[in-house]
Amino acid sequence: MSETFLCASDLGPRPRLDRLDPRSRIVAALAAVVVIVTIRSSLVLAAALPLVVLLALATGVAAADLGRRLLHVEGFLLVLVVLLPLTVPGPEWTSLGPLTLSRPGVDRAVAIALRVNLAALTILTLLGGLEPVRLGHALARLGVPVKLVHLVLFAARFVTLVREAARRRLDTLRARAFRRRTSLHTLRTLAHLVGRLLVDAVERAERVDEAMRCRAFAGRFALIDTDHYGPADRRFAGALAVLLLVPLVTDLLT
Amino acid sequence: MTALFDLHDVVVARAGRPVLTAVSLTLAPGERLALVGGNGAGKTTLLRTLVGLETPSAGRIVAFGRERRTEADFHEVRARAGFLFQDPDDQLFSPTVIEDVAFGPLNLGLEPAAARARAMATLDRLGLAHLAPRVTHRLSGGEKRLVSLAGVLAMEPQALLLDEPTNALDETHRDRLIEILAGLGVAMVIVSHDRLFLEKLAGRAVLLKDGRLAPASLHRHVHVHDHVHIHGLDPDHGHVHDAAER
Repeated sequence: MSETFLCASDLGPRPRLDRLDPRSRIVAALAAVVVIVTIRSSLVLAAALPLVVLLALATGVAAADLGRRLLHVEGFLLVLVVLLPLTVPGPEWTSLGPLTLSRPGVDRAVAIALRVNLAALTILTLLGGLEPVRLGHALARLGVPVKLVHLVLFAARFVTLVREAARRRLDTLRARAFRRRTSLHTLRTLAHLVGRLLVDAVERAERVDEAMRCRAFAGRFALIDTDHYGPADRRFAGALAVLLLVPLVTDLLT
Repeated sequence: MTALFDLHDVVVARAGRPVLTAVSLTLAPGERLALVGGNGAGKTTLLRTLVGLETPSAGRIVAFGRERRTEADFHEVRARAGFLFQDPDDQLFSPTVIEDVAFGPLNLGLEPAAARARAMATLDRLGLAHLAPRVTHRLSGGEKRLVSLAGVLAMEPQALLLDEPTNALDETHRDRLIEILAGLGVAMVIVSHDRLFLEKLAGRAVLLKDGRLAPASLHRHVHVHDHVHIHGLDPDHGHVHDAAER
């Protein structure tokens, strides 16, 4: 999921948001998610949903991308939404043949579905299209430990390489008349493939490490970036604070 | 006898860029065809198209007597045309050599014992039997190339598609490869920049340029030239040095 949302640079540039300091976007996403999980009323959450969808579209997320990425989320949620009404004890809401759906179970399932969708939409809206390199730099400037920042930066760089290696290797398997079947041969082949990708990745990591040390790397990157906190960020923070306070106060009053 | 491959005006684009604009090609049984062209001309793409790893946007591919369109069609083509990839490291994926060579025969539906026997026989025929229990990723570059060829030959293909097979091979391994391929008698499409290698093997040459194929000639000139020799310092190196060099 993190890859689907955070490394979503395939969303393309988002001119309005790209003007901001990426730190603003990260802090905003964090604040919004905290508010979303704090709100208890399903009504308030449901009212916020179309608003966030509109914001996402207005800030340049294509409707098709939005749908595709949300579909991933619904896949994860399906199990919960099906199981909760059946398993949470409480007064009966309705019954389907031998199955009874409990009132608190349905409530909880609805609330969780709304929260997860809202949080996913918010992260997609605020962080989608943020280049992994800018994201890494912003995290470093927010005081995230340098090891984690390195992990983000390296993951962004090497995920694509590993994916390409996997694709090349799958092609060579197909060229030798391999087809996926339900068989021991298929399982063994895929296991060998995964094993081989791991071995390749480790060897590549060692080569990269050696090459970096040959260029005098001593465990610290000098992060070069030009982002800074400006008037646009202040306006953005103000607008966001209002946007977040409205549902929070409404929730407290209901 | 009918052609193994018969392509009519095949068009292939990669990443939105047309690579093959109208390729027509025939490969007869037993024919050894050299496919030449500059870097990025689309030679590898053409080989990949022959076994259905690239999907043409137009044109017709007839392989082994039938028109091929779908992934299922090409499964049979891949069982009969062996593809030797440019980088043997992409191809070798099993932990040991014998397992990797047996992989193709297993895909053809052979029982594990029969596949193993076929793999062993193939390695033996190529003089590589001693490598059978070795771990694939610890082989030398030349050994990797020959083992990946064994993996393809173990499927007993009627045609071989070779993508720069002499890349990064030393002379000993290259001569070994020429000797093995020359003794096979199966049809081949050979992509190579190695002119000597092509001269020894190929009967006909085609040039891929601007997305199209044109006949090319493969012939020998007499040139007067000098070249660099590298050998050990022992006096018994079998040739005479120029006086100026001493």
